[in-house]
Formats: sequence, C-alpha cells, structure tokens
Amino acid sequence: MTDHGRDSDTHERDELSSAERLSSAPSQEQSDAVVGIGLLGWLRWGWRQLTSMRVALILLFLLSLAAVPGSIVPQTSASPLNVAAWHSNHKSLAPLFDKLGMFHVYSSFWFSAIYILLFVSLVGCIIPRTWQFVGVLRAKPPAAPRHLVRLPVYATWRTGADAATVLEASEALLRRKRFRSSRAGDAIASEKGYLREVGNLLFHIALVAMLIAFAFTKLAGGMGTVIVVEGKAFSNNVTQYDDFSPSTFYTADSLNPFGFRLDSFDASYQTSGPAAGQASYFAALVSYWDGSDPSRKTSGRILVNHPLEVGGDNVYLTAHGFAPVIQVTNAQGKVIFDGPTPCLPQDSNMTSLCAIKVNDGYTDKGKKTQLGFSGIFAPTMADPSQFVTQGPHSVFPAPANPQLSITGYEGDLRDSSGIPQSVYDLDTSHMTQFTLDKQPLKFLLSPQQGFKLPSGGTVTFTGVKQWANFTVAHNPGTSAALVSSVLAILGLIGSLFVQRRRIWVRAVTGPDGVTTVELAGLARSESSRIAEELAEIALDLQDSAPVDESAAGDASADDTSSDHETAGDEAESAVVHSSPSTSKER
Amino acid sequence: MTHLADAAINTHLANISNVLIYSAMAVYLFAFLAYTLEWTFGGRSRVARQSAALTARPGATLAESLAEAEAAASTAAPTVAVTVTRADGGTTTLSRTVAAKAGKVDVVTRGDAAPPADGVGAAGGDERADRLGRVAVSLTTLAALMHLGGVVARGVSAGRPPWGNLYEFTCALTLVAVLLFLGLLFSGRDVRWLGLPLTTGLLLGLGLAVTVLYTASEQLVPALHSYWLWIHVSGAMICGGAFYAGAITTIMYLCRDYYEVALASGRSKGGRWADICERMPAAATLDKLSYRINAFIFPLWTFTIIAGAIWAEAAWGHYWEWDPTETWAFITWVAYACYLHARATAGWKGRRAAILVLIAFACFLFNSYGVSIFINGKHSYAGL
Ligand code: HEM
Repeated sequence: MTDHGRDSDTHERDELSSAERLSSAPSQEQSDAVVGIGLLGWLRWGWRQLTSMRVALILLFLLSLAAVPGSIVPQTSASPLNVAAWHSNHKSLAPLFDKLGMFHVYSSFWFSAIYILLFVSLVGCIIPRTWQFVGVLRAKPPAAPRHLVRLPVYATWRTGADAATVLEASEALLRRKRFRSSRAGDAIASEKGYLREVGNLLFHIALVAMLIAFAFTKLAGGMGTVIVVEGKAFSNNVTQYDDFSPSTFYTADSLNPFGFRLDSFDASYQTSGPAAGQASYFAALVSYWDGSDPSRKTSGRILVNHPLEVGGDNVYLTAHGFAPVIQVTNAQGKVIFDGPTPCLPQDSNMTSLCAIKVNDGYTDKGKKTQLGFSGIFAPTMADPSQFVTQGPHSVFPAPANPQLSITGYEGDLRDSSGIPQSVYDLDTSHMTQFTLDKQPLKFLLSPQQGFKLPSGGTVTFTGVKQWANFTVAHNPGTSAALVSSVLAILGLIGSLFVQRRRIWVRAVTGPDGVTTVELAGLARSESSRIAEELAEIALDLQDSAPVDESAAGDASADDTSSDHETAGDEAESAVVHSSPSTSKER
Repeated sequence: MTHLADAAINTHLANISNVLIYSAMAVYLFAFLAYTLEWTFGGRSRVARQSAALTARPGATLAESLAEAEAAASTAAPTVAVTVTRADGGTTTLSRTVAAKAGKVDVVTRGDAAPPADGVGAAGGDERADRLGRVAVSLTTLAALMHLGGVVARGVSAGRPPWGNLYEFTCALTLVAVLLFLGLLFSGRDVRWLGLPLTTGLLLGLGLAVTVLYTASEQLVPALHSYWLWIHVSGAMICGGAFYAGAITTIMYLCRDYYEVALASGRSKGGRWADICERMPAAATLDKLSYRINAFIFPLWTFTIIAGAIWAEAAWGHYWEWDPTETWAFITWVAYACYLHARATAGWKGRRAAILVLIAFACFLFNSYGVSIFINGKHSYAGL
C-alpha cells in the first residue's frame, strides 16, 4: 500500500468516526493522554481525568457507597439519644467513628468531598458539552462518508430517475419527516433527535440547580419546635420555642412575625379490630395571625400532612399528648400553682409521665421550699387490679376514664443547678417524698378530686387539656428544588426516550444513464428502529425514484471498497447490491 | 375534644381477598411447574437435534457441532451477499444481514445493528413442550386474575388504595410484574422465556408476604393520609415490578453471554447448562431489553423519589432528611444512574454494566424490605 493510500485510509476513518459520533460525551482517547509536561500539563491532565466519563462513573458509585453508613450508624441530626446509646455500647469504636464523622455522615468531610468533586466534574462536563452542542446546532449535519456501505444500516437500488430529481425528492422527504438536512455535492446529510442532547444537558444542569437549592435551604433555612396546650397561644419569637435550630443566614433576628392560638385538638382512634387504638385522624384547630397584630385572627386547621402556611413559614403538627390541670394551694389557702402540665406519652395508649414543679409560694414550718409531683396520667386508666404487674397504665388513647396517679416531694427542685433539665423529669435527689404513716403518699385521682398535703395545703386535679407539638419550618429553597427536579425529569425523558439518528442519501447517475441511489443510517445501538425507519424512507423515495428492475442485477459499477480494503483514491464509491443469495434458515 | 371513630373495615371482603391471594399462589405454583416442564421437555428434543448434528458431520468437534446446531436452531435473519467492485477492478463480497424490506429493496445491516440470533425458546421446537408452555401461560393468566381480584378486594375492604402496608405493597408489586409480563406477551412479544424466573419470584414474594409481612386490613395512621402517598407508593410499586423484570433479564443476559463467549472460543462443554442457555434469546437481545426496561423506568423512579420528598415536606417539614428509607432510595437512584452512565462509558458496557443493574436492584429490594425490617426510620409504613 502506498503512503498515499494510507493517508486516504486515515482520512476516511476520521470522516467515518466523526459521522458516527452521536453524542457530545467526552471521548475516551482525549482524556487519557498527558499533554505537555510541567505543572500546567499535569493540571490539564487532572482536569481531563476529573471531567471524564470514567471518573464521573467512579464518583457516582462512591457517592452511593458513602451514603450507606449514614443509614446504619445512628445520626445526631435524627436521634441524638441513639448516638449516645451507640457511644456507650461501642466504647472502642466510638472515638474513631467520632473522628470520621460517622454520626453526621451527610455533612462529613469525605461525603462532602465526593459530592463536591462530582459536581465540579459535572460542571466541567456540562460547559464544554453545551458549547459543543451549540456548535453542532449551528453547523450542518456531518457530510456523507464516502463509503456508505460501511455504515450500520444500508440500502441501495438503481433507478431511471436522474440524480438531481432523486436528491431533491429525498431532501423534501427528509424535511417532511422533520430531519435537519443539507445537501453537499451528490449527497444529502440529515439528522434528527437533537432533543436527546438537549434533554441530557437539561438534566445535568438541573442537577446542579438542585444542589444549589439544597445548599440554599441548608444555609438560609431553620426550624423550631414548640409545645402548645389547648387555649394557649404562641408567637414566633425565639424565646417562645422549646427548641430552635438556626442556620448561617437564619437567626433569632430573622423570624417572621406571626402567631397562633391552639383552640382545640381533635383525634379519633379505631375502636375495634386488632389495631384498636391506632389513630386515624389528628387535627389541631387554631386561630392564627400574620404580622404582629394578634387581634386579627383567622381560624385554621393543621393536620398531619397539611401544614399551616403563615408568614412565609410552615407550621407542622408533629406530636400530641395530654396535660392534666393541677391546682396547688399552700397552708394559708392561697393558690400557688394552677395550670396544665404537658405530660410525655410513653406508649401508643398514651400512658404519660408527668412532672409538676411548684417553684415558689410554699413554706413548710416557716421555711421556704419547693414542691414537685410526679405522676402517671392515663386517658383511659386500666383497672387497678392490673397495677400489680404493670403499674398504672392506659388501655386506650382517648379520654374515656382519665385518671392521674400522683405522688409528691418537697425540697430543692435543682432548677438553678445549671444542669439543663427536661421539663418531663423530676430530679428528686434533693427532695423528700411526702409520706403518710411511713408509707409514700400516693393517690389515684379522677378529675375534680384532690388530696391534702401533710404539711398543709391541697393538690387538686381539676381537669385535662391536650397539647400539640408544632414544628415551625422555614425552608426558603424548596420551590427552587422542586422546579429543578421537575426540569431534571423532563430532561431525563428527552435524554432516554428520544433517539438521535442520521440518514444520508447519495444519488449518482452513471454513464449508462442509470442512477444508483444509496441510503445509509446511523443510530445508537439501543435503537433498533433505525432499519425500519430507513426502509420507510426508502419506500417513500421509490415514489420518485422507482426501482429499475432491468438494471438491478447489473454489476457494472465502477468501484467501491470492502470492509477490509482501502478504496482507490479518487474513486467514486458505488456499490452493487446483489439479490438475496444465501439464506441461512432452518 | 376527642371522639371515637369506628373502623370502617369490611372483614368479609378482607377474607375474600386473603382466599384469592392464596388461590393465586396455588395456581402460580402449577404455572411454575408447567414452565419447568416446558424447559425440561424442550431440552430433551434438543438432545435429539444434537445427536443429529453429531452424526451429520462425524469429523466435527463437539463445539463445532454445537455451533452449527445453534445456527440451525436459532431464528437467524436471512443474510445476503453484497458484492462490491474496487477501483482496481477486483471484487469483494460482504455478508450482510437483512433487517427490513423496502418494496423489493433490502435494508441490510452490519455489526451491532444486525438483528441478533435468538435461541428458539424454552420449548426448543418440541411440540409437547410448547403445549406445556401454553398451559403455563394460561395458568399464569388465571392466577393473575385471582391476584388482581385479591388486591382489589383488599382495597375495597379498607376503602382506600390497596398498598398501605408492606404486605399490600408486596401483593401489588408482584401483580404489577405479572401484568407487565402478560402485557408484553399479549402484545405479541415472545417473552415466554421470562415465565419461569417470573413465577419463581412471584412465589417467593407472595410467600414472604403472607407469612412474614401479613397485616390485617386496617385504616391508616394519620401520617399516611396523603394523596402524595398514593402517588409515591404506586410509583415505587410500578418501578419495583419493572426493576424486577429488568433484573431477571439481566441475569439471563449474563448467563447467555457467558455461554456465547464459551461457544465462540470453543470452550462450551454442552450439558444441561448450555442446553438451557442455548434456547434463550441472544445476549444482545437480552441486553437491549434490560436496558429498555431500566431506562424506561428510571425517570419514573426519579419522580417517585421526588413525590416522596414532597410528601415528607408536607408531613415533617423537610423534603430531605436522610431518613434510612430516603437514603436507600437515593442509593438505588444513584446506582441506576451509574448503570446508565456505564453504558455510555468506554470499557463499561456489557457485563460490568449488567453487574451494576444487579447491585441497583439489590438496593431497591433492601430499601423496600431490609430497611423496614432491620432499620427503624421515620417511615411508619411497615406495620411490623
Ligand atoms: C451528579 C451526578 C450525575 C448523575 C446522577 C448523572 C446521571 C446521568 C444519567 C441518568 C444519564 C443517562 C442518560 C442517557 O443514558 O442518555 C446520564 C448521561 C450522561 N452523563 Fe451523567 N450524571 C451525573 C454526572 C455526570 C458527569 C460528572 C458527567 C461528565 C463527565 C456526565 C456526563 C454524562 C454524559 C456525557 C451522558 C450522556 C451519555 C450518552 O451519550 O448517552 N454525567 N447521566
């Protein structure tokens, strides 16, 4: 083979490979070679590696692997208690896990490193691809390769119509089928399915937008929780929250003014069947105001899946419970405590633990002291005969027989000891229990019942209210995340369901006046429709370029190539197609 | 104010539902046996073909004979000779496969675009085996009708869509898989070879459902009162059914691919395994089908996760909290994205991509069952 021949061979291979490139994905060869030496060369090489498909694939895989531990090891954000339990159960592993950030996997350095690298890779991938795609849109579809027979799908026939007519007819036909087409010399190049690339780019861009929206939510969002008892009001102020989690741009000063009053709490439960007691409905009925004027109230309802939107925030109903109302008087008959105390539910029947703390106003033998009562409240108290094994407990979550089992202490509540205390716990380490005849004082009270304290005064269980726990969430990036995820889905649909394909038509009239028509098609291997599509086009084209039967078997074409051999240089490619000769069938 | 509500559960219908599910399982079992017999008898007739091939060419090696028998048995498309004349006057003849017809003109293909040579199917051309295969399909249809009845009765009994707990989810998911299979079959696609692995999975899934996961028909806890739930869970279910079909196809692809490679390199030893693989569709067909199923369902899976996020936002005030169920849905999503990427990455097509599909499906399964059973998250779905 001559040098000349080899040149034309390479040229042809280039031509074919550019015609066969159906996506703007970075090509593999390009990313493997180190270009130049020195720092710049290595940087460029590193960048190419990072933005290559292979590295993107590896990073994606690592991302899914890295997400696993967070679902197995308890996470501080979800349950600090479980983290503490884990700490005490795995004494030797815990310090290592702490160092690795295993208890906050999704904000750990390694998890962040993976997704940041992935998104850098993504941006580094999108920009050149978008640019390249714009170039593709502005250029004409790639010209017909010289030897169409080498393309994956191919058809040819001979016709009496002249080449110009055939080309005109095929261009019109392809346009009608919404191919973008252009004519160059004796051939027409056409392409369709650009929406695939558009969709793919849109999808990847939407992923970046989604990440930005997530980050924005993290940085500018925040939340707080608060327990509100029926009849009480809450206004959106950091001092009123039981718990407040701010973020970089959402602090105590950024709270929107609004508030609401819990008018009543409504619940219903299944009364029969194996799931008796399971809740079927919860609703908090509220009156709320937007702005700082509590007198302009609107009434609303907060259900489990239907938060209240007010002041740009959402108010969610997250838990509920009971709050027995207790009245305490001192030896002088003065009311020193009167109000509901939220109790913490322990089981699905709402057996609840109560801690009632009376800080001021009580004196025992002239000495100031504090009172504490610990109780078990049950909306439907079990029969006392069952207390022997389980203690006082509830048998149904709705108040059919509300009772409070209560015992009292006096001494120091240790509220000012500096150790943060749960409102549900009573620290009795510095208190003494009231006794009667050396027995701890203990009563089972129904509403309106009470008892006398041994050192003077009374305790009365006056009634029951319900409380609801609300989460007030400020999530500013939510709609941006939603919009970008919808765009991502639309992009995916375009990317996965649209097929990008090219069709070329060449028509050459020989010296004998007979025209050879060649059609070739190219699509990704996932699309098997290309052969059928080419057949349809060929059939339609035969209306203007009917098959010339007499010329069909004529093998007088000038020249062409095979798969393995190089075509002659200036040779015009024409292909003869014989009628079926071999047929391997059963 | 608190009041008591009566559970509006129709126990009679719930019982009918249970009976229908058990009956469907029994019929699936018979269908499973019929599919098994189809593969078995189809194999016997194959032995006859093999020995014919061996006697036809005494000098041939076993591998060659197998290859010939294979070529003869497979439903290969006709090929034509394309004669090309070179500039120097010489001619070369190329062999091309005919993929379509445009009037009198053949549309020919080369390489990847050529229609793959599929195996003959489970029955192996044996008449008795074919009859068994038809019986199996009829039984599958009958069982699917009972299954459908069971799922509908369950929904009516509770007055809500019948996928409110893991038991119902499993019943409905398996129903989606079998309906998908029957839909493909009745739309004229030859997918009867999927019948055996499908019924195996159905029996395992339903068996797990009625034993471990069973929950009596109930109303829902308030956290599940949301139409996003129905959208989210039905999305997950449809994805599950389709991912399952995709995974089966992928496993078959791997088997067939190993067989084809062994055959091409003359390493195939024949035997039972080769006998089964030989009747499967070509590796290229299976690969393409698995890609189509997975690629088709991926946008729906994306949507399902987003619907879940919207629901979480409505219920808990955060659209994403890295709850274990959310985490595993994300892992599954990324794993499928990996697979789609792999198919576009040099050196990752074929078997490696197939392994990624299996990993992704395992993640899906773990998310649906493992997480509910082994890890306690906020999703109160399990009822376990
Ligand atoms: C954030 C992580 C990413 C996800 C979840 C993701 C997901 C996907 C999915 C699902 C597809 C399938 C569409 C199809 O098959 O046509 C796809 C295609 C593609 N992705 Fe990504 N991708 C990510 C990052 C990247 C990165 C970093 C790059 C750049 C190297 C990249 C380049 C591509 C390309 C070029 C295609 C099209 C392949 C083709 O021609 O079919 N992707 N991606």
